[in-house]
Amino acid sequence: MSKVQETKQTDLLERLKQAQHRYGYLSEKTIARIAKALDMPIGEAYGVATFYSFLDTKPQGRNIIRVCKSLPCFLKDYQMITDSIEGEIGIKPGETTPDGRFSFQLTNCIGACDKAPAIMINSDVHSDLTPDKIAQILRAYK
Amino acid sequence: MPEKKVVLRNCRVIDPRQIDSYLARDGFQALKKARDEMTPEQVIAEVKASGLRGRGGAGFPCGLKWELARKSQEAEKYIIANADEGEMGTFKDRYILENDPFSLIEALAIAGYAVGAEKGYIYLRAEYHNLLDLLTNAIKQAKQKGRLDFDIELREGAGAYVCGEETALMDSIEGKRGEIRYRPPYPPTKGLWQRPTVINNVETLMNIPPIILNGAGWFSKMGTAESKGTKVFSVSGDVNKPGVYELVMGSSLRELVAALAQAERVRMVQVGGAGGRILPYAMIDTSLAYESVLGAGAVIVLDESRDAIDVVYKSLEFMAEESCGKCAPCREGTEVMMEIIGRFWRGEGEARDLKILPELAEVMRLASLCGLGQTTPTPVIDSLQYFSGDYQNKIGAKGGARV
Repeated sequence: MSKVQETKQTDLLERLKQAQHRYGYLSEKTIARIAKALDMPIGEAYGVATFYSFLDTKPQGRNIIRVCKSLPCFLKDYQMITDSIEGEIGIKPGETTPDGRFSFQLTNCIGACDKAPAIMINSDVHSDLTPDKIAQILRAYK
Repeated sequence: MPEKKVVLRNCRVIDPRQIDSYLARDGFQALKKARDEMTPEQVIAEVKASGLRGRGGAGFPCGLKWELARKSQEAEKYIIANADEGEMGTFKDRYILENDPFSLIEALAIAGYAVGAEKGYIYLRAEYHNLLDLLTNAIKQAKQKGRLDFDIELREGAGAYVCGEETALMDSIEGKRGEIRYRPPYPPTKGLWQRPTVINNVETLMNIPPIILNGAGWFSKMGTAESKGTKVFSVSGDVNKPGVYELVMGSSLRELVAALAQAERVRMVQVGGAGGRILPYAMIDTSLAYESVLGAGAVIVLDESRDAIDVVYKSLEFMAEESCGKCAPCREGTEVMMEIIGRFWRGEGEARDLKILPELAEVMRLASLCGLGQTTPTPVIDSLQYFSGDYQNKIGAKGGARV
């Protein structure tokens, strides 16, 4: 593989991440456009876009809540946190609020096990959570 | 054996945003010594003599890896710091990067010199996005102070546990799906872009500056026959003091869990994450070393109120979701195993499953391409051995006779 091809190849994931950041998700059009710009089959770009959990192919809310459901958070009753978030924003994991403010997902270990239960909202980690802290935390995300 | 700070020597001591506080603690002296007083071969010889092995779980001898890459006949070579810490229950690298980003950078530059590498990468998991600034700042300050002329690029993942596996990580840097490669060839011969590449865990690299400064003899005095130095553990679960602890290799699980993390009424400990061992309290005096049990140092403690099926179910759920899907034993095996354990989790287990599980486990262990599929059965096998009663309690009404 030539250096030029290497640069194009490595750019694929970087451009997909940038587009995700800009548009909040990767539409078929966006994926096709990136693939074309890099001289690559659309299938290859789509394959990468669907491999990573921080890349979405469906529209997401402005803020993405990720609740850690792995064992250390399970032991600290993450279900309580999930219930509290459901109560606050009225949607279940896998859904997006009608006003587009929040998407709500469950995720695997985010590396905050010493401060479980923990969640991420966008890039921010919130830890040592109790259900009563949730409302106030969510208020900061518009 | 006691707590000892080698890897964590600067954590909570220096200011991770100010290089001067690092320089005041012999910062970049090891790089200077390596460059001014040692040939690359001598650096490698020192690392080999220290007995340092990989801290990401596999335990491959670090110096040997470096030597293989050094001897590979290619103009361009790379060094990668694996900061894609995704193992369930692991957060030690996060703690290290938060508190001492400079040592990692210095270590990468030393590795680059020893191997003859063109460039270094730090591959950081997307979940640690907020650490990017700190690392960028550390590289910038080191360059401004004239301490670093080695090119280091930061690359961020996009949410995939399997990218912590070395070949999947390199595919991810290349912009591809993070899928496992067939080996051989191994990274020191054909790695990133098919060029010789050394890929080391963050914690492994953190040991390099002190080894260069204090000598291999100083390092190899610590630990056991096969496990030299210290290990950093991430302790979570049912403990009063969760957190990061660094102990001399060979210390007992009891010392870590009971004395330091202050666990009480322990029923079992999962060591090594989702693919790790599940040890009953009766084995609490097991020593933590490559010879016995170690992994990447994830230690999840469960007290007497806990059920082994929960541990196994959550571990399998993790692995089934994170399997890259390249090889059938892992892609299909994790799903089937999850389905079976799921039945027990819901109290609908079947007695015949207890015979099927070990057979399936053996196929996955032997035939999977990488550590993910190979280790997924570990908690299943351990729990069947030590906590078979927990399975019996979950056999449903239609599940056949209890065996």
